[in-house]
This record gives sequence, structure tokens and C-alpha cells, in this order.
Amino acid sequence: MSAARLRAGITLRRAAFTLEVAFAVEPGEVLAIVGPNGAGKSTVLSALSGLVEPDHGSIELGDHRWFDAERAVSVATHRRGVGLLAQQPLLFPYLSALDNVAFGPRAGGVRKAAARARAHAWLEEVGAAELAARRPGGLSGGQAQRVALARALAADPDLLLLDEPLAALDVDAAPDMRGLLHRVLRGQRRPTVLVTHDVLDAVVLADRVLVLSEGGAVEQGVTREVLARPRTAFTARIAGLNLVGGTGGDSAVLAGDVAISGRVVEPIERDRPAAAVFAPSAVAVHRQPPHGSPRNAVRVRLTGLEPRGEDVVRLRAATRTFEAVLAADVTPAAAAELSLAVDDEVWFVVKATEVAIHPASDG
Amino acid sequence: MRFGTRRGTRRPPASASARVRVPVPLWLPAIVALALVVLPVLGLLTRIDPTRLPTLLTSPEALAALNLSLHTSLISTALSVVLGGPLALVLARSRLPGLRVVRALVLLPLVLPPVVGGLALLYLLGRTGVLGGLLENVFGLTIPYTTSAVVLAQTFVAMPFLVVGLEGSLRTAGARYEQVAATLGAGPWLTFRRVTLPLLLPALGSSLVLTFARALGEFGATITFAGSLRGTTRTLPLAIYTTAQSDVDAAVAMSLLLVVIALVVIVVARPKAVEGRS
Repeated sequence: MSAARLRAGITLRRAAFTLEVAFAVEPGEVLAIVGPNGAGKSTVLSALSGLVEPDHGSIELGDHRWFDAERAVSVATHRRGVGLLAQQPLLFPYLSALDNVAFGPRAGGVRKAAARARAHAWLEEVGAAELAARRPGGLSGGQAQRVALARALAADPDLLLLDEPLAALDVDAAPDMRGLLHRVLRGQRRPTVLVTHDVLDAVVLADRVLVLSEGGAVEQGVTREVLARPRTAFTARIAGLNLVGGTGGDSAVLAGDVAISGRVVEPIERDRPAAAVFAPSAVAVHRQPPHGSPRNAVRVRLTGLEPRGEDVVRLRAATRTFEAVLAADVTPAAAAELSLAVDDEVWFVVKATEVAIHPASDG
Repeated sequence: MRFGTRRGTRRPPASASARVRVPVPLWLPAIVALALVVLPVLGLLTRIDPTRLPTLLTSPEALAALNLSLHTSLISTALSVVLGGPLALVLARSRLPGLRVVRALVLLPLVLPPVVGGLALLYLLGRTGVLGGLLENVFGLTIPYTTSAVVLAQTFVAMPFLVVGLEGSLRTAGARYEQVAATLGAGPWLTFRRVTLPLLLPALGSSLVLTFARALGEFGATITFAGSLRGTTRTLPLAIYTTAQSDVDAAVAMSLLLVVIALVVIVVARPKAVEGRS
């Protein structure tokens, strides 16, 4: 496996928008491109894989120049060595799971038996060894996506592209697949670009985040910093959920001197990066510290109150305990009863059952 | 069609309870339409004289025509695949300018009366035609009024069925599987052999059947371009037409042959396009 750095600076004109973006991804690093629908996220991946040609700019992987508009260089997709896992698994329906995974090695000139052996190893790696003989038609969405991941990796690509890999999975299958991706991505040396609309994917999988809006990068940086301290209103909106980063504990995330306990959605390791995620609507606001209950409580200072529609007030708060901006949704009646105002010191309380604990990327 | 929503390539379950009621006034024309299609065939069957049938079916005239028809139709179907298949791929996948005009031209034989097609072939490939003169003088080849002319006429009329069928199926499937193959390192030729072709097989089957059936029934272009020479260009439809002038029973018996072949095509091959599914 080669370990080369990806560098891209491209401009693409479309009828609806102009996409202009520049980024670099180090070997072993995962860059998440997040943003609303139509922001051009998938177009960036198409440009990297060579399925569309940018109007300007260049794309390089290590010493290989894949695309250069000025010098009229454009390497064909099949010669670039990009692995693509899309929203739909797109397994070839007439091949068994094993032969789907063996397709890449076979295309690369590996003999049939050796290609199948390699395919077996990769199916094993993604926990789908028992599906080897099955046709894609008989696989569930989650199973098919695992096989598709094995197929992308078996071709030993120099760059891995993940295009909303969890978006089409149902709620039961997505956490499993996210956990699998976390494990696989952490153990590899190639650069990876992940496109997602789900902040959770970025938290769990990405070292760095690039926020794309209306064709341009509005923010770019280490995942936790971008999401914990959103510098644009847009990033704050997509962040949506409360996210507390820390290290793994006993069914909990240790952040500063607080332990936030919750449900462990994907296995975490002690003292490795982990994140607690909960919705603003799950937060209760108290004037006095609650006692004698198995709930998480964090002392915060209110930094903003904004009405959201008829029956919700969104509270924003900062805490000195750890670095994060937290949000809580309360009813206007509750806000009035507690006579909440900016700079008030209150307690944000959330039940452990409302908190999801995920492993996090190192970023 | 976008393949599947949640679970890969599975179709949503067909719900029988969601059937829409057909308005009552539409039933009458629907029945008339069915009668218009079925009754003539039934009428043909009543005209058959069972005692003379075996003799008529095995007459040298009928056997020669059947033999010629099957041979030429198979050859023109093969020709349609070898030439029309690549054309369908080019129409569906390439981004050449003017492709819309080409696509319209391919449809021409579908809407053109076959007789006109036969005349057109004659004036291109006939002895005095542009290409025909060249073939005659340089290679000593004469095409009109030969079995080759029958094949050409049938291909002219039937190939568009194959091109349209394959192109439609290629465009519906989209290029997404081919793109995946490219990311796995497969070049265009390998992708064609290992991805495009296997995905196309079901559509190829139904298009082949339609193409073969159309070639088998070809009349207008054949009689204009190839004439009606017994044994070399008189295919079954031409033989039926010629015989009907003198011996109606013999013509009916030969028609029965075509009806049987048509039924075999529909029942055995069960082309999806005929069943209303694409």
C-alpha cells in the first residue's frame, strides 16, 4: 500500500453554481466534506475519481499528477487507483459476494485463485465471510454495504472515497457499519475523503472537516474544533446535536472533570478518543444542581436565547469544564418560569439513556 | 429507475390491494379491441381443412419457404446484434455532438412503410444504384433479387427494434455500475465484457425475440428489393401472398405455420417488452 498525500485545488462551473475548493489529505488521514444537499460535495468526489473534469485546477496524489487543467492532463478513472464506496452498494447483481470482491484484484491482473483468496480475506476483515457465496439480491442493505466496502478495499486503492456510505442504511445497520468504517479507516495508510450530511459520521470517522456551502469551503479544520466552536452560523446549524469530546471511560466519556455516561452505540476503548452525542431537546434546565439521580449534570453559563418557532426556545451555553458549546431546547413557558437570561449560571441535565457514546477520530 | 431505496437492488413489494378500478365505459372498447386482435386469428383457424392440412404443410413450396424464412431471419437477427448492439451502446453512452439526430435516424425504418425501405435499398444497392454499381463493377457482386437481399431487407426493418430496446435498457440502468468497475481498475473493454454485457443479457433476450419476429414477418421491403423467387427470395410471408391467389387452403396452412411460430415466441421466450415490462 503506497502512502501518498492527496492535494486538490479545483474549480468546476455548473449551471446552478460554481464549485471552488482546495484541500490536502495526508496519508492515513480522513477528511470529511460536510454540507447541505446541492453544495457540491459529491461533485468533489466525482472530480477526484475522474468521472467529471474540473474547469480549472489540479489534482495530485503524491508524485502522480491525476489532473491538470492548464497542462491538459487527465488520467482515466481506471488508472487512478481510487476506491469508491457510495450510498448504494452497487454490487454487480450477477456475481456472488466473493466474486464481487475479487473483481478489483482480477482487473488488476491477479490470477483467479489468488484473487479469490484475497477476496476471502477482505470479506473476513469486514465480518462478511459467511456471505461469500450469496448473490447481492439476497443480502440486506447493511450486508451489501459491508461487501461493497470489502470490494473497494480489495482493489488496494491509493485513495479511498466514501460518498454518504451510511445514508441508505436503516437505523439498525448504520451504527454497525459506522463502527466497521472507524476500525478499518484507523488501520490504513492511504488518504480518505468522506462526504456526508451527518455530523455524527464526521465525528466518528474524520480527522478533519471541510464545510462546503454554495460551492465554497466556509470552514476547514480539525473535526472537534470545527464542530465544538462553529465559526459560521451554517456550521452551528449542521452541527445541530450536542457533542462532547473526551476520552473513553466506563460506558462514559471523560471530559474535563465530568463523566458523561450514556449508551455505548459503537464499542469504545478506554483512554481512546470518544464522543458523547445528545439532542438539545433531551436537555433539561435546572437552577439548582440535581441530586440523587443517575443523570448527567453540567454547570453552564448561558450565552444566547433564541426563539425557534412557536413553542421552542433554543438556549446556547458555554462551560468551563470542557471545551464545547451546548444547546438546549425548552418551552417558552419553562424559560419564563426559570426567568432565564444571558450570563445566568444554570445546570444542563440529561438522562444517560438520551446520550449516545461513540468512538471518535483522533482529530 | 433508481435501484432500491434501502435494501440494495430489491424491488418494492407489489401490493395487490392497491389496484385501481377501471371505469365501466372503458370496458366496451377494450373488449372490441381484444376481439379485433383475436377474432381474425380464430377465423383463420376455422378456415383450415384438417384432412388436407398435413399434405399442405409438407408441400415442397411450404417447406422451402419455411426453411428460407428461418435461415434468413436468424442471419438478420445475428447481423442486428453484431451491428446494432454496438450502435445502441454508442447511442446510450457516448457524448458525441449530433447524437439526437442519429437516434432519430435509427427510428426511421420503424415508421417508414417497408415498401419504401425496399425501394430505398434498391436504389442504393441496385445495379444502377450508387453503391450497387460500385459493387457490381469492382467486386462483381449483385445483391438485388438474391438471398442476401432478403437478409438486408429484414435487417433494415428489424434492427431498429434491437437498437431501441438495448439503448432503452442501457439508459435506464445508467452508467453507475460501469463507473464502479472503473474505480476498481477495469478499463473500458474489460468493463464492457464483465459489467455492461452481463447486465444487458435480460434485455438482450427480449430484444432478440422481437427482432427475430419482425424479420420473420417482413414482406414489403423484401418483395420490393429481393423479389419473390421460389427457393431464393420467396420467404413464408411472400409465399402466403403468392399462394393465396391460386390456392387459399394452402395459403391458410402456411399462415398457420407463422401463427404457431409467433405463439412459440410469445409463450416460450416470453419477451418482457411483450408483457409490458421493460
